[in-house]
Amino acid sequence: MANTTTAPHDDPALVVAFEARIAAGESIEPKDWMPERYRRQLTRMMSQHAHSEIVGMLPEGNWITRAPSLRRKLSLIAKVQDEAGHGLYIYCGTETLGVDRHDLVNQLLDGTAKYSSIFNYPTLSFSDVGVIGWLVDGAAIVNQTILAKTSYGPYARAMIRICKEENFHKRQGFELCAHLAKGTPAQQAMVQDSLNRFWWPSLMMLGPSDTNSPNSGELLRWKIKRKTNDELRQRFVNLTVPQVQALGLTLPDPDLTFDEATGNWTFGEIDWDEFKQVISGNGPCNHERLAARRKAHNEGEWVRAAATAYASKRKTASSEAA
Amino acid sequence: MTADSQWPLWEVFTQGSKGLPFAHAGSVHAVDAENALLNARDVYARRGEAVNLWVVPSSAIVASAPSDAGPFFDPGNDKAYRHPQFYKAPRGVVVF
Repeated sequence: MANTTTAPHDDPALVVAFEARIAAGESIEPKDWMPERYRRQLTRMMSQHAHSEIVGMLPEGNWITRAPSLRRKLSLIAKVQDEAGHGLYIYCGTETLGVDRHDLVNQLLDGTAKYSSIFNYPTLSFSDVGVIGWLVDGAAIVNQTILAKTSYGPYARAMIRICKEENFHKRQGFELCAHLAKGTPAQQAMVQDSLNRFWWPSLMMLGPSDTNSPNSGELLRWKIKRKTNDELRQRFVNLTVPQVQALGLTLPDPDLTFDEATGNWTFGEIDWDEFKQVISGNGPCNHERLAARRKAHNEGEWVRAAATAYASKRKTASSEAA
Repeated sequence: MTADSQWPLWEVFTQGSKGLPFAHAGSVHAVDAENALLNARDVYARRGEAVNLWVVPSSAIVASAPSDAGPFFDPGNDKAYRHPQFYKAPRGVVVF
């Protein structure tokens, strides 16, 4: 175990001191010494998280121009803008580990970076916007509330900021679903269909099961993660089932039962083959998401060029004046 | 600087309300100071989190080194007589 967690060139004495700091619950800051593996694991995890926020704008962004009312449209624009902000908070946190955002953005655009599997599912109706806010942001809050106590200071601080904002995302989503669940039979069917499609992908979003999660041991030992994927998933299910019942909706899992002894909702087997396919680029929308991201990046080039030209023009003007 | 550059990094400090000290919020990339202020507003103050903003080029920040924290801060740590608890007052007397 120890062989896999420290790179050969890490000074063993420094590793011992580092792990003592972690054990004492200290926060690690950018200029502190850290094992190479700690830096690499954080860079991997934080950049994937940042990419997820950026790609996460796409499934819902499609619905902005087709929102059914001004109120829903305002909420959706604000939510999508928040996701961009969240991506930027985490990219800037990742940069404190010594990587360049330029490289991270390129990895996303050239398809070598991973991001959350959930955003590779299509959004087929406006009620998907509600279910995404409720379930996807709900699952993200469960994950991020724990990540707010992660051992790396800049990541923890970004999570605290994000959690505050995502409560609005979840509430607007739940409100939208509640509205539809009380609506016409067609509206009820629409929100039930969204729930059916997004339930299992939302459970997968919390990551592979603990029995098959190669990074978890190291991440938990260094307190980058504070709870396992399965613990987070159980917490999400326990929080969500009563909300589903309150709306008079159902979940597409015949095995879902309440376990009196543990107080947990036990649920059926997750289709891990589907998860593996989606995460390795073969989900329903992987291609479409990256194509949309590249198009946006390329079409934004003139804005970047204009800003650069304007700044250099002003710099010349002010140096001539002086 | 190519058009695809991410531009220089700026550290952002926000003042939550009038009278409070400025605190570090995070960083933004921006082509110049004016743009850095606009980006900082959009990224760190979407919900009234700030009444004032500072942006500072990250390269201009000078920081103490964590490895030297012991000796560096030592002069302030070993002077118990700088704290009121160091001084005894007669029992029952309210000094302040």
